[in-house]
Amino acid sequence: MPAYYLEALTVTLGLVILLAEALVPSKQKAWIGFAGAIGLTVILVLTFFAIGPNAKPDAVWAGWKLWNFYQFDYLARFYKIFALLATILVLLMAIDYRKILSRYTAEPDSENGTGEFYCLPVFACAGMMWMASAKDLAGAFVALELVTITFYILVAYMRRNVGSLEAGAKFLILGALSTGFLVYGIAWVYGSTGTMRLDEIQSSISNLQSPIPLLFGIALVLVALGFKVGAFPMQMWIPDVYQGSPTPTTAFLSVGSKAAGFILLIRFLTPFLAENSPVRGQVLTILLILAGATMLYGNLAAIPQTNLKRLLAYSSIAHAGFLILALAAWAPSSATSISSVEAVSFYLATYLLMTMGVFFVLAQIRIHRDGEAITDLNGLGKSNPLLALAMTVLLAALAGVPLTAGFIGKFFVFQLAVGAHLWVGLTIAVIAATAGFYYYFKTIRAMWWVEANDTSAIALPTISKISIATLTALTLLFGVYPAPILALLK
Amino acid sequence: MLLLLVVLPILAFIAILLGTPARLTAIATSTLNLILGLGSVFCWKEEVWNFSLPVLTKPALNLSFGYLDGMSLVMVMLSVIVTLAAVLSGKAPDGRDKLYYGSSLLIAAGAIGAFASTDLFFFYAFHELALIPTFLMIGILGRGDRRVIAWKITIYLGLGSLVLLAGLVWLASLAGTFDMREIKNIAGTIDPAAQKGIAALLLVGFGTLVSLFPFHSWAAPAYASAPAPTAMLHAGVLKKFGLYGLLRVAVPLVPEGLQAWLTPLLVLLLGNILWVGFVTLSQKRLDTLLGSSSVMHMGYIFLAIAALIAVPDNTLALPAAVVLMFAHGVSIALLFCLADRIERSTGSLDLSDMGGLAKSAPSMAFLFGIAAMASIGLPGLANFSGEVLVFLSAFQNYVPTNGLGPVQIACILAIWGVVISAVYMLRAYRKIFQGPAVKSTENTIDLTLADHIPAVLLITALLAVGLYPNLILQLLRQ
Repeated sequence: MPAYYLEALTVTLGLVILLAEALVPSKQKAWIGFAGAIGLTVILVLTFFAIGPNAKPDAVWAGWKLWNFYQFDYLARFYKIFALLATILVLLMAIDYRKILSRYTAEPDSENGTGEFYCLPVFACAGMMWMASAKDLAGAFVALELVTITFYILVAYMRRNVGSLEAGAKFLILGALSTGFLVYGIAWVYGSTGTMRLDEIQSSISNLQSPIPLLFGIALVLVALGFKVGAFPMQMWIPDVYQGSPTPTTAFLSVGSKAAGFILLIRFLTPFLAENSPVRGQVLTILLILAGATMLYGNLAAIPQTNLKRLLAYSSIAHAGFLILALAAWAPSSATSISSVEAVSFYLATYLLMTMGVFFVLAQIRIHRDGEAITDLNGLGKSNPLLALAMTVLLAALAGVPLTAGFIGKFFVFQLAVGAHLWVGLTIAVIAATAGFYYYFKTIRAMWWVEANDTSAIALPTISKISIATLTALTLLFGVYPAPILALLK
Repeated sequence: MLLLLVVLPILAFIAILLGTPARLTAIATSTLNLILGLGSVFCWKEEVWNFSLPVLTKPALNLSFGYLDGMSLVMVMLSVIVTLAAVLSGKAPDGRDKLYYGSSLLIAAGAIGAFASTDLFFFYAFHELALIPTFLMIGILGRGDRRVIAWKITIYLGLGSLVLLAGLVWLASLAGTFDMREIKNIAGTIDPAAQKGIAALLLVGFGTLVSLFPFHSWAAPAYASAPAPTAMLHAGVLKKFGLYGLLRVAVPLVPEGLQAWLTPLLVLLLGNILWVGFVTLSQKRLDTLLGSSSVMHMGYIFLAIAALIAVPDNTLALPAAVVLMFAHGVSIALLFCLADRIERSTGSLDLSDMGGLAKSAPSMAFLFGIAAMASIGLPGLANFSGEVLVFLSAFQNYVPTNGLGPVQIACILAIWGVVISAVYMLRAYRKIFQGPAVKSTENTIDLTLADHIPAVLLITALLAVGLYPNLILQLLRQ
């Protein structure tokens, strides 16, 4: 099966469930979500059977023009799986979250108007999957816009809620601005290299007359992609938008959108970071500055937060900083250490497990305690010890406690930074990680050490229970045995 | 088989969570661990006991357990002995026994994992695993200002661990391997500037974990606040991780780097012995006194490490450090165990409220007396062997005509620390057990037979090593 069938299938699935939504009675809208999740699971399985021209060069479809825009290597497959998993989890989360969602739609307290919430992530997923395969800047741009435009709707979905509206407006304005940067940047890159195809850029930049126009173009594209992944100083939108959006959207933004941004960043930067590239040094410096500033901002600004969702927004910035540090320590794969690309992909995979898990818990807290502040977690250790234990593991993993998956991701980043002799970056990373300990443990402390105002038991719906248990177990498993994730990258 | 030593407590922890009787599970597991530990001493066969599972290929990480030398073995034995004593002696508050015994088992698993790991990565990782339940135990079940204290040690130890991690990663990246057996091969090939940097990171990182002055201020309040098993396990076992790490990683691999920091280290360890010693003298409660004294005694082990740094072919320093680590681990665990028992029967640990406890509780007085004597360093008990060896090691290769070197001067000053310990321990003993009985101590119930078991277990270890230090020394020679 040619790999691009996957995107085609995903879009078709989105259209089908969108049409079906009109026919499903008000009380059973959740079935749309289930249908979406099941459909995506089927596509996830198909991913393993898809092949690209690299896998089977003599196949009939290898001559198709589309391959000029589309590649299907292991990295592309990895990020497609990533996007699919993230979307499936978001749909499952949305099914349990519909109670809150329905409160702020046109007809409060009926499920009319929640059905589309299950369809939109599927379209965004198709965009993310395409981004993973982007081989051409124009194609990448179109895929990125598909994701971004879908998110404009998802963010402002609870339109009777002021916070959600505010988030939507901010995201729309800043998102449009970053799109402008991206197009303008692509134009400059095209102007100085004469090609839109990333695989041709490497050969065309080896004899540049002046690197300045190219660097200007790269800087503009970095601004736009920095916006997507939440790098300083393009992180301004993140706290407000994350806090205002419906929780499943926030989780999707935090995991899916960020990962898609990173795969595009990797694809875009690879030709410029090659050994013979004339701009390698400058690009690495820019990345290092971005990484340092992002780590510091994300971690330090997270310290005083009292709203857990907002805290997770800053934590998402902080993790972006660690990820960019891995890119700033750009290293190809060697006998003793893994490449920057593998480190970033691994980190993102663990980040998916931990962050999704935390958002599942947060969604339940919002439903049962009607709040998202850290104080709403008070006494969770008494009212639901197992949930508190799972949350403790997930937060500890986000902080980077050893024997959880989060530690191995950070460990790879540290190792790369040491290997590249980035002492300043490493020092900032240590400070940032310590600050991380502080604010994640602040949340753990609330669950176990602080008495609750509301001690009513929290009973989890089945989907959330299974999802949280699975994500927590995987976080621990990959903390001791990370090989399966890395095997997907080979 | 060594894997079992680590996995059993973790499995028991899960079993406790799932609802097996907590105390019984914990005791059974710790007993089994003690038997396994003894088995690993007496029936050692490399192919049976060693364990290795490749976890990652790039960088090569193995979840591997084995004894690199006698030091690992002694530390593992210390862990299993103290663990059994800790779960036996504790008494969980109502309704919290899952947390209470589960955490103790997790701390034990982490400590044993760290000491038995032959891979630098897991050596570090297991220690961190043990810290989380320590924080939770203090934060949830601690006494006094538990939240502030738990918070403080979270930050202190978290930062210390990260500094340590930076040092270890730096070292491993130079060596190109995390295997502690192979990493020895690069000793002497690291350039001096890198050595100095790594040594500084390791000294601060490990030093914070062992409460090296001036990174010690978390320790005394934490031990005072912690529930007894946690204090026993942390002060007795887990804290030795830092010293073990210095002896295992820093001293063999970055000797020149450490030499550059020798004088600052000597000043700091004197800070531990004398400064903290005087702080201990002024303590008014038994629990903070014990916590402080445990910080103070770390100074002696640092002195042995300093002697080893100053004279790399020092044959006495390593045995001295190991014997004292074992002795201190057992004796401080015993003291915390008895202090907890005293508090449970009198309801107070304030020295000014006590007196005459020996009349109503003679066996408590007798056992506490032995523990106090051990802590002071009375001959016949293990601490004496350790401290004497430390002082001798400081004078190894000493040529009288050259005058006193910095290590010897530090040693002479450190000997005064013994006087300080004698003063505060004897004073505490007198205030608690002697003199006229007061209201709180009049009708104390003495130790029951069950209460004797952990104390006797620990005292046996102290006496055995004290009377026949060769027990440990011959293991170290293997």
